[in-house]
Amino acid sequence: MKGFITVIGKDRVGIIAAVSATLAEQNINIEDISQTILQGTFTMIMAVDLTHASGSFEDTAKILADKGQELGVEIAIRHKAIFQAMHRI
Amino acid sequence: MLNKNEILETVDMISERHLDVRTITMGLSLLDCIQGSAKATANKVYEKIVREAGDLVATGEKISAMYGIPIVNKRVSVTPISLIGASCGGYLELALALDRAAHEIGIDFIGGYTALVQKGATPYEKAMIDTIAEALTLTKKVCSSVNIASTRAGINMDAVKKMGEIVKQTAYQTRENDSIGCAKLVVFANAVEDNPFMAGAFHGLGEADKVINVGVSGPGVVKTALETIPHGDLTEVCETIKKTAFKVTRVGQLVAKTASEMLQANFGIVDLSLAPTPEVGDSVAHILEEIGLEQVGCPGTTACLALLNDAVKKGGIMASSHVGGLSGAFIPVSEDIGMIHGVASGSLKLEKLEAMTAVCSVGLDMIAIPGDTTAETISAIIADEAAIGVVNNKTTAVRVIPVYGKSTGDTVEFGGLLGNAPIMDVSKVSPLKFISRGGRIAAPLHSNKN
Repeated sequence: MKGFITVIGKDRVGIIAAVSATLAEQNINIEDISQTILQGTFTMIMAVDLTHASGSFEDTAKILADKGQELGVEIAIRHKAIFQAMHRI
Repeated sequence: MLNKNEILETVDMISERHLDVRTITMGLSLLDCIQGSAKATANKVYEKIVREAGDLVATGEKISAMYGIPIVNKRVSVTPISLIGASCGGYLELALALDRAAHEIGIDFIGGYTALVQKGATPYEKAMIDTIAEALTLTKKVCSSVNIASTRAGINMDAVKKMGEIVKQTAYQTRENDSIGCAKLVVFANAVEDNPFMAGAFHGLGEADKVINVGVSGPGVVKTALETIPHGDLTEVCETIKKTAFKVTRVGQLVAKTASEMLQANFGIVDLSLAPTPEVGDSVAHILEEIGLEQVGCPGTTACLALLNDAVKKGGIMASSHVGGLSGAFIPVSEDIGMIHGVASGSLKLEKLEAMTAVCSVGLDMIAIPGDTTAETISAIIADEAAIGVVNNKTTAVRVIPVYGKSTGDTVEFGGLLGNAPIMDVSKVSPLKFISRGGRIAAPLHSNKN
């Protein structure tokens, strides 16, 4: 199962490191990362593969959201299908 | 490969613009629950709902987590209860069984305390309609609807008269709670069998045993899209709404498909509705104002709404394999912050709302009116709406709340998604003789149209 993680918030040291470490703990593979600062806001998109993830999708979403709170940014994970449905016919 | 802007657009629509799936509604046939006694039938009804829809809430939450999109309501609609209790009676017992089942499985509402009497009512349907006020008082989650007219049958004016009285009774019986019972009662013309939205959802006789219908929403997303073209002409406005509606509906299609697979139910329809909530940024009225009205209710409102309603359908229809339900823009008053402001400032009047119902998805919806409005006036409002629906071959409905003890200019707070509303002025000129005549208004001619 493929998903996209979006991380949006105020930039600070260690966001990528913290998110990557959390994903590694969950056995989730990062396939692509793109990151920019949009109007002063840190914006990162990660394409991930959850095929061998240790927890369920809901668990992963919860762990990432909690990590986001800790870092002061908003982290969300969504199944790839919702983006494809909306933007591809 | 999806690009960054597409991903961020989706995230923005959901987290900032209130894009959500308004409801996953499971339609269930209760025809196999009919037994010799009311008690046995009620037991069967309860068992079937708990058995078939027991996983509905958990499944909705799972899908919500998977796609990262709120699914606001999980609901069940059932075969019109007037038929289920036809031979055994005991309608109140059936209403209580529906309510118990709804509480047991944790859904928000259950619809189908319904009678379809557009041409005439049988004794058992009359008996059921007589219990509506009490059923809505005794239960929390049961919603009721009565279809009193159709384009093919005309308008059953005896039923119209009766429903004015039932609305008044319901308002009185739930007077302790600002007549909230009336918010769970819809009177329809041309009711549809696959509507996922409450209070008017029921599971039609032409439907399969277990069906998933999904209602999408997203007024905020449409308004934001229009903000990007402040000087565009109306062709551009339509194109922008269509593109947005397409994207919104694709999400509905995905959720409906996933939910029907997970719940082993038939995929029914996606209802392409723009359903507002009382929250800021989730208003249909604000879309009309973004198009160029100073405030909803001013001249031009009907034209803007017609444009919006048509563009939503055109954009959404290709995005889903099966479109149905009510599909269009909803204009409930108490559930839309822009409508509430329009009424409060005097810009939006009941008569303008009636005109708007001729070009939008449903009808006079969630409108609080003075508690002393007479039953015959409510019946006449229902008749007017039915006439618009019957002649124009569309669904129309009336969900008005004559709030006990309140008058024009007061405000009523229903809470939650039902919102709050200023009490709207209603004409006191009497239609009593017209309503007292009874009988039927014949089906309209559908040729030689002008």
